[in-house]
Amino acid sequence: MTASTRAALSRIWSIRATRWSGAIIVGLFLVAIFAKYVAPYSPSAQLDIVHLKNLAPSHAHPFGTDAYSRDVLSRVIFGARISLSVAALSVLLATTIGSAYGVVAGYVGGRVDATMMHILDALLSIPRVLLLLAVLALWQPVGLAGLILLLGVTGWYGTSRLVRAEVRSARDREYMVAARALGASHWRIVRRHLLPNIAGPIIVAATLGVANVIVLEAGLSFLGVGAREPNASWGTIFLSGSSAPTDTWWVALFPGLAIVVTVLAFNVLGDALRDVLDPRQLPGGIPASDTTTHTQPRTG
Amino acid sequence: MAESSRPAATAASSAPLLSVRDLRTYFYTENGVAKSVNGVSFDVGAGETVGLVGESGCGKSVTALSLLRLIRPPGRIEAGSKILFDGRDLITIDESAMRAVRGARIAMVFQEPMTALNPVFTVGDQIAEVVRVHGDGGRRDAWDRAVKMLETVGIASPAQRANDYPHQLSGGMRQRVVIAMALVMNPALVIADEPTTALDVTIQAQILELLRDLQQRLGTSILLITHDLGVVAETVSRVIVMYGGEVVEEASVNELFSAAHHPYTEGLLNAMPRVGHERERLATIPGTVPPPTSWPSGCRFHDRCPYAWERCVSEHPPLYQIGAGHISRCHLAAEPERRLKAHEPFATKASP
Repeated sequence: MTASTRAALSRIWSIRATRWSGAIIVGLFLVAIFAKYVAPYSPSAQLDIVHLKNLAPSHAHPFGTDAYSRDVLSRVIFGARISLSVAALSVLLATTIGSAYGVVAGYVGGRVDATMMHILDALLSIPRVLLLLAVLALWQPVGLAGLILLLGVTGWYGTSRLVRAEVRSARDREYMVAARALGASHWRIVRRHLLPNIAGPIIVAATLGVANVIVLEAGLSFLGVGAREPNASWGTIFLSGSSAPTDTWWVALFPGLAIVVTVLAFNVLGDALRDVLDPRQLPGGIPASDTTTHTQPRTG
Repeated sequence: MAESSRPAATAASSAPLLSVRDLRTYFYTENGVAKSVNGVSFDVGAGETVGLVGESGCGKSVTALSLLRLIRPPGRIEAGSKILFDGRDLITIDESAMRAVRGARIAMVFQEPMTALNPVFTVGDQIAEVVRVHGDGGRRDAWDRAVKMLETVGIASPAQRANDYPHQLSGGMRQRVVIAMALVMNPALVIADEPTTALDVTIQAQILELLRDLQQRLGTSILLITHDLGVVAETVSRVIVMYGGEVVEEASVNELFSAAHHPYTEGLLNAMPRVGHERERLATIPGTVPPPTSWPSGCRFHDRCPYAWERCVSEHPPLYQIGAGHISRCHLAAEPERRLKAHEPFATKASP
């Protein structure tokens, strides 16, 4: 770990919002990973279809049981696995595609850039949810891998725009020209000079993207085209509880709360990271003397 | 224009290290073709320090970037330009061969030590990076060379400073780091583009002293690009003056300061503050450098020149031989008596 990474981490830790949102997210991931040990029951076990169905929250079943006498707490815990892994992996995929696309467009520039941005405009004109609904309606049943793939390949547009803009502003900085003048290849410059300097905004976008995808996936599952049994996500559980919201409100409430808390935590973390990882606040990200302007001075 | 009949400015002994011939770099902009460098020829000998002087926009920085083939579209180095170095024409070699030249054989020192260093890496990393780019040894070895180089450029406790980030260093120290990056591969030629412009005057003197010292110790040739004749006087042995994308005068530094021939050089010298001339308004050259998309006819300096006459408007002057190693692109060489008839330059008349 380099000193600058360490400095950034200590700055992240010094903000209260990142501490609690970070703690929630780490906790959620731990619960998801160790679901088998944390959950009191199997998520699909029908405990006693006659006596233990539709029980309100109690000491034995803190989140109650559903119409099939399954323990809702266990289902929400295992649902975290599905919701979080779908969100994290699809955002990882989207960020990779978006960064690659944005770096190529921004770094090469000229006609390549113009063409790539026109293609992006065309892609952006397709409503994401409608596209997903259409594809998912035809592709049934979709596995988790398929769901991650679909969410990933439809989710990179914003990132690529952001990355392109960052690359274009970083590209003409003198140290990029200096690196060229000292013999570095384009690939090396992108890897060693460009990416480290634009990593901050990418991380922020990815963090906010996770929150976005959790909601989107929950929505798709709620519409019946997302994750489904036995891979029930929070959205799937919410759907099963929403058929009788007044009688068994707990079946819908707890997965709903899980979604709200998780999305809130990711959004708060993303906003806080944006403040911390702003390149203008990184040590020397923009020359310290250059306080009057936020744009890089062009010299020549 | 072809410069095959170019008079010899260098008292040339053997083949020079760098030989630029008829370099033309044009930018194809929406407002027309900007002929930023238009037929520039000069030599830099081995171990020699040469100054390239001119105002902003005269083409000196574009010349420097052209030497390393770092001109970006819409800019282009025109066919017919020659940059002879190490017995090869750098214009014709392929990109990977050019990369091997950059940093290793010809290195560049940039103007702004603030922005020429990457903020997210330690300075030791950045110097070592140059070594590693050129595939010279492993990580450990590259780091050791970086530390040694920091010592060479006069940074105290180099082993500690190598772990510093650029923002932790002062402007002068940063420029030393930039110089260390340029020199770590022991290049034959260093192009220094305004290396002291962004620094305090006292630091400027130190950096110039360092360049002079390194040049003597390492035998590196230096092409020093500057608008500051004061910097030139202290550092270089020969001066090339550029105006309007062309070489307008070239002479040894002593000759230039004692007997400048071209009116533009004369103007630059008069615009310098001098010790002993108190409270006197500095002379200026009227007008500004015309845009490179539309150089004036004839001599490009004619509308700012106090001696200009009809010939200067109609006929583009060639480089005249003035003396040994002294050339000037001015018709005064053919009609020296005109120098007595100074008048208001056309530029001041046109815009009162």
